[in-house]
Amino acid sequence: MATETIAGHEIDVDDEGFMTDSSQWTEDLAPELAKAIGIDALTDDHWKAIRFVHSDFGEEGESPTVRRVSVETGLSTKQLYQLFPKKPGKKMAFIAGVPKPTGCV
Amino acid sequence: MPLPNFDEESDRKVCIILSKGSLDWAAASMVIANAAVSEGIELHLFFTFYGMDAVLKKKMDHLKVTPLANPSMGMPNAVAAIPGVTAMATSMMKKKMAEQNVPDHRDFIQMVCDAGGHLHVCKMTFDMFGYTKDDLFDEVEDVISASDFLEIAEDGQIIFI
Repeated sequence: MATETIAGHEIDVDDEGFMTDSSQWTEDLAPELAKAIGIDALTDDHWKAIRFVHSDFGEEGESPTVRRVSVETGLSTKQLYQLFPKKPGKKMAFIAGVPKPTGCV
Repeated sequence: MPLPNFDEESDRKVCIILSKGSLDWAAASMVIANAAVSEGIELHLFFTFYGMDAVLKKKMDHLKVTPLANPSMGMPNAVAAIPGVTAMATSMMKKKMAEQNVPDHRDFIQMVCDAGGHLHVCKMTFDMFGYTKDDLFDEVEDVISASDFLEIAEDGQIIFI
């Protein structure tokens, strides 16, 4: 557990770097978090996924899996793997300021 | 700041051999396969013997689970053998899996393929049962021998189901 300053905001993160208090997240943090993991520009589709992940965590209390993001946003599995290469579930959670997903599917 | 392990240069490889054609074992292989692709791990599935049912167009939507000779289901074999019990167990299992947001088998395997997973079919099984390419799910990449599969699996981790 540590406190970091990004885009002028203080955020609490766990040992891996995932934010531990999603209420500290604001949209201007997302591009900075994305850059930190190699995603340089956020397109509308990126935002669609990120906003869903953040709000879904707020409503459900757990981070959505890739499948849930796909079903709920209409973005296909293929698109999500293109937008957030290799590890879409964890990357979306990281950028959206929520814990990494715990679901298997 | 600390960053999660998003190492994109990972050369990890997981290769799953599915040898059983029942719903539960197919689901187990898909869960591991899906976990692998979502971790950015190269993933190969090799379907052999009854496991081929999971990639046969005519059978893949009708995989079943039977309580017969399955002590974990807690049903006496004499009861499990009654006609209709397998269908009932299958529909109960499907319901339980849907509650966990597990997709239907066809959607699940499609999802694994969309995420970059590779499907291979065992040549011996394919020849033995007289199948043609048209019998196979469209995402199957090739029909290969066990030794071809082992070549693909070199330096990978093999899981036999």
